[in-house]
Amino acid sequence: MAGSMWFLLFIYLFTLLVLSIPLGLFMAKVFNREKTFLDFLLVPVENFCYRIFKIDARAEMRWTQYAFALLVFNLVGLVLLYLLQRIQQFLPFNPRHFGAVAPDLAFNTAVSFVTNTNWQAYSGESTMSYLVQMAGLAVQNFLSAATGIAVAIALVRGIVRKETKTIGNFWFDLTRSVLWILLPLSLLIAPLYIWQGVPQNIHAYTDVNTLEGAKQVIAQGPVASQEVIKELGTNGGGFFNANSSHPFENPTPLTNFIQILTIFLISAALCITFGKMSGDKRHGIVLLVSMILLFVTGFFFAYKFEKAGNPQFAALMQRGTVENMEGKEVRFGVLNSSLFAVVTTCTSCGAVNSMHDSFTPLGGLVPLFNIELGEVIFGGVGSGLYGILLYAILSVFIAGLMVGRTPEYLGKKIQSFEVKMVMLGVLISPACMLVLAAIGVVTAGGMAGISNPGPHGLTQVLYAFSSGAGNNGSAFAGLSANTLFYNILMGVDMLIGRFAMLIPVLAVAGSLAEKKKVPMSIGTFPTTGFLFVVLLIGVLLIVGALTFFPAISLGPILDHLQMLKGILY
Amino acid sequence: MMKELRTAIRAIIVFTIMLGLIYPLAVTVFAQIFFKSQANGSLIVNQDGKIAGSVLIGQSFSSPEYFHPRSSFAGTGYDAIQSSGSCLGPTNKKLVEAVAENLSKVLKENPGVKAKDVPVDAVTASASGLDPHISPEYAELQIPRVAKARSMDVSEVRALVDKYTDGRQIGFLGEPRVNVLLLNLELDRIKKVSNRR
Repeated sequence: MAGSMWFLLFIYLFTLLVLSIPLGLFMAKVFNREKTFLDFLLVPVENFCYRIFKIDARAEMRWTQYAFALLVFNLVGLVLLYLLQRIQQFLPFNPRHFGAVAPDLAFNTAVSFVTNTNWQAYSGESTMSYLVQMAGLAVQNFLSAATGIAVAIALVRGIVRKETKTIGNFWFDLTRSVLWILLPLSLLIAPLYIWQGVPQNIHAYTDVNTLEGAKQVIAQGPVASQEVIKELGTNGGGFFNANSSHPFENPTPLTNFIQILTIFLISAALCITFGKMSGDKRHGIVLLVSMILLFVTGFFFAYKFEKAGNPQFAALMQRGTVENMEGKEVRFGVLNSSLFAVVTTCTSCGAVNSMHDSFTPLGGLVPLFNIELGEVIFGGVGSGLYGILLYAILSVFIAGLMVGRTPEYLGKKIQSFEVKMVMLGVLISPACMLVLAAIGVVTAGGMAGISNPGPHGLTQVLYAFSSGAGNNGSAFAGLSANTLFYNILMGVDMLIGRFAMLIPVLAVAGSLAEKKKVPMSIGTFPTTGFLFVVLLIGVLLIVGALTFFPAISLGPILDHLQMLKGILY
Repeated sequence: MMKELRTAIRAIIVFTIMLGLIYPLAVTVFAQIFFKSQANGSLIVNQDGKIAGSVLIGQSFSSPEYFHPRSSFAGTGYDAIQSSGSCLGPTNKKLVEAVAENLSKVLKENPGVKAKDVPVDAVTASASGLDPHISPEYAELQIPRVAKARSMDVSEVRALVDKYTDGRQIGFLGEPRVNVLLLNLELDRIKKVSNRR
């Protein structure tokens, strides 16, 4: 058994690296306007887009202009997605004749998809028309991912450039992310999903007489085209309620493998892109090594506890241990479910192939803690890179304090403005998670959603607000979240989590771009070696643990101790 | 100010048409041409020419002559427009009660089976509520009951179970599994049970 775990992990990481290195180098070319093999096809489309946008894509933007363009574009996307849901009953591709989505739910969902969270308080197959899924939700799957990539590239430019006020052009970065990266990869992978059994049609649902003579209605739809970008863009919003555990979204172990691969793919590749653009690939490799170490550790931990299972089951079934198959699919088993759960929360994806709510307390703690660390272990598309870069800057700052020298990162002096912005980016999300979760567990509106009493209920609420501010979107899904209370509060949570991080990141980019590059000296703290890996992981874990340990001990840890003692609620 | 807003509106329109209509509809056309069966939900047609279900979507079975699937929380059970798991937490009384109930049902339906021999997928609910599979161990445990109800040889039924058992994909992905609907359809094809509706 352990053998197959090692083998799976090895093949997984090997394939990931083999694919992400060329992709990362390719992306560096795309954003540096160097020639690529897709140019002959895509440059005309790109120019056509700019003509309609009426912009000059070579016009450089200061960080404030970049941030403004990004915010306006996201706001327009938000309004359109809200409207689409509100008027879906009048629009085509609605074979089930779904009515308008309620205002609070439509707001929550629009925020959720625009912020790359994909928290779902609705159930896809009984709420959304095919048109909303295709032209609303899936479009934001592309655009929110492209926004993340754009910001990451802008930050890299800020670090790499010197003595300039500008960090690139938002429309250029956005359009190139879509045309050169997200769309081609989607077109490449969609046929694999369809071949394995993911439906792609616009038919009405199918009525079936089962073998025992009952009626069954089988939901259909354009699933594959949305499924691909759901993982590639680390969005995670399922076409169906059961997300990637639904046999139509994730029919075979092979599709499952492709899904976990594509969740990490672009984020891993962006580390390579960063190394390439900064002129020293070791900078990217250091980040990648830190991520792999944290990911593998989390995975072992989660797998071990899911394998050990629930002692209550073992007692009933009269044996030592019984692995935890509650809320898991037979075709994936405990191994591939644990792996998926860790991958989807290391990143900001939030797709699930098993129900995290039914994980053992400590097995479920790993996904929760991954989210609370800020999803920087590979992380979301773009947001993973800019998140870990914030921690990298924080790490050199702390190292600088320890030896009493002005900290530098890639030759840029890290001064008070950068540190302030980094601290905002690092601390606003956790504050938001904890404060809103606290409100959730002391108000009637929040408590009403809890479906699992006891410490597990606290974990449900904590997980929800962590998932929201972390822009993850996975859930301890027993929580009844389609209420006015959760729809509004989660909406606020997601907006703060996304934009209170994005804007400081762009500010850091702008400020670093203006600085001179100081040459390396004997006193420069090296950011390319194993020592830096250790420091970075240390800073990350200390910040995460200090912030969340009290809440985690009252939730998952207490839950675990009570499970072992057989205390039930 | 207004200039950025106009640009944003033009951009969202272009991207919505490109990514929200052209892209999914192009993939749909491709799918309908090259993978027609999969693209339409892998539906199975029975001997009477009627749609009997989807290869990928589980169905409820409770009579003794059929293999039984896992416990489902999709609607009232295997409701394919209400996919869902139980989402019961590990310290929730309801979860332990559900497992105990499933276990006693399995033991009652399959005389001679001991609690310590029941595989865990037989007593737990799946994540989607539509899990089309059971473990080979759970199928093995049901063979004597199905054979008896259908007056078939145990070895004959076991051969069918083997036929619908899939191993790990490419040798290392996923877990071995038996497709319950395909297996039950094949049983019906071989021997219609007379007292069926």
